[in-house]
Amino acid sequence: MSTDQKPILSLQGVIKRFGGLTAVDQVSFDVPKGEVFALIGPNGAGKTTLFNCITGMHVPTAGRVVFEGRDIAGTKPYRTAQLGIARTFQNIRLFEYMSALDNVKVGEHVRMKAKLWDAIFRTPFARREEREVSERAMEHLRFVGIERHADNYARNLAYGQQRRLEIARALATEPHLLLLDEPAAGFTPQEKVELMRLVDKIISRGITVFLIEHDMRVVMEVSQRIVVLDHGEKIAEGPPAEVRKDQRVIDAYLGKSA
Amino acid sequence: MIGALARMPSTLRTFGGSQVSNLVGLLIVAGALALTLQHVLQHSASFFFQILIIGIADGTIYGLIALGYTMVYGIIELINFAHGDVFTLGGYFSLALFPIFGIAEGKAGFGYVIPLLVVAAITMLLCGVVNVAIERVAYRPLRHAPRLAPLITAIGMSSILEGAMYLWRGPNSLHYPDLLPLTRFNIGPVNIGVKDLIVITFALVLVVVFTLFINLSKLGKAMRATAQDRDAAQLMGIDINRTISATFFIGAALAGAGGITWGLYISSVDPFLGFITGLIAFTAAVFGGIGNIPGAALGGLLIGLIRAFSDSYFDSSWTEVLIFGILIATLVFRPTGLLGMRVPEK
Repeated sequence: MSTDQKPILSLQGVIKRFGGLTAVDQVSFDVPKGEVFALIGPNGAGKTTLFNCITGMHVPTAGRVVFEGRDIAGTKPYRTAQLGIARTFQNIRLFEYMSALDNVKVGEHVRMKAKLWDAIFRTPFARREEREVSERAMEHLRFVGIERHADNYARNLAYGQQRRLEIARALATEPHLLLLDEPAAGFTPQEKVELMRLVDKIISRGITVFLIEHDMRVVMEVSQRIVVLDHGEKIAEGPPAEVRKDQRVIDAYLGKSA
Repeated sequence: MIGALARMPSTLRTFGGSQVSNLVGLLIVAGALALTLQHVLQHSASFFFQILIIGIADGTIYGLIALGYTMVYGIIELINFAHGDVFTLGGYFSLALFPIFGIAEGKAGFGYVIPLLVVAAITMLLCGVVNVAIERVAYRPLRHAPRLAPLITAIGMSSILEGAMYLWRGPNSLHYPDLLPLTRFNIGPVNIGVKDLIVITFALVLVVVFTLFINLSKLGKAMRATAQDRDAAQLMGIDINRTISATFFIGAALAGAGGITWGLYISSVDPFLGFITGLIAFTAAVFGGIGNIPGAALGGLLIGLIRAFSDSYFDSSWTEVLIFGILIATLVFRPTGLLGMRVPEK
């Protein structure tokens, strides 16, 4: 590894079985801090399952998931969110019947300090915090470029805006590690370029980005390091240029689609 | 009926009714209003106002109970049939607490205000704890089961609570002490009792405080987020188990308060009170739009009024037919209720 820093996330022999099916099989790799790390692989390779093991949606059958030096395998999702892992979903999952701004405010929820009585009695502290939360939420919307739609219901936003809103909502939890599950799915080439620019901006804030992506051009361009998964197993790891040439990867993945 | 209720959520998603069913609905409502008006005109105005006040008082209590149904439905799409019995439990707990705080009938006075409020607070707390425990043992293990399964355990929990109250204080209806002043006064043709005012105020304050709480607090936002997408809510750092427990707790606390209010207003409670009252409050929640909090309050009020008017201007033996007729009509013609589902279109 190029950096001598400790990795932000380290998977060590992670296995996830569903009954007789092994969705993730003995996967180990390190995600270096401050980089864009990509996970690719054909459909059904176990990419999303692996994300679920990291965020606590699934409990790994075996193995360690070490985040910032702490084994978080089996930790509840709300705890991993509090520890600093945020994610977006392959199929967008917003709070459809809340405004875009409120969606982001739910994300900030995790960092809010005001207690129940503060909210009921509208203490100055609660009011100040509420105002700060609203302002910060607006900033996140501005950051992803949809501040004009702050008051619209999430379900009424255009597809691309919904994807951006999901990223804004994830950023609102102030993550150290942001997992993006196919952020460019269904995007036009123009939107993909904008997304790559957004990923750069996120990185420059010091947030590590770990993404699953199908679009090879996006992956090759945006990420510093790639892990390839096939049938739940890691078949390759390295910088884009190397992975591109790997024969097993070409057989498993690129050979079919490219 | 259970099958129909289990399928209800899918019915709920079909928005609004067709033009024809809207017209039919309007005709039925207009006919009912005309008939009521005819009967009202045959009686004195003071009688009308008396019935109106009874209707409002009953209606606010139904609203209190309906809120619990609607909240729980809103967050986990379960009709908590045990909710009506948690309401009765409120009456029973407070009855047991009165002697401890030296509250007895016949010495009513301002000195009772504080102990009464303390009893109310403890009762609400106990009801909340019971409901949270019910959720923990009867519903949480079935969270990923087909919808019918928790619905049936809910009916089972309802029977268990009724049985427990039966064993605790026997099958007969218990006298609930008359603690509220019986003074009445006139404003023009309207004759109001202080008791009516206290009951209405108490229930209204709870409904308002609660609605504000849902809108303003962090927990309220967590509840709405959990209701809309549980997984996404978890990943936003929301502990959904705690949020769901809190929902059951608050719903039950309101039902418990409803139980006390009911006892003070009607002066009696029995182990099976919650069965029919719960069903009526459930009708109110569906009528107002299940999952919709202002809807539950409005539905409660309307059902209370309908019940009072039907009881006194028509034949009281038809009241339940009328109310459950409304339940069926709502589900058939306007499954989203008066105010729509838990969220307005924008």
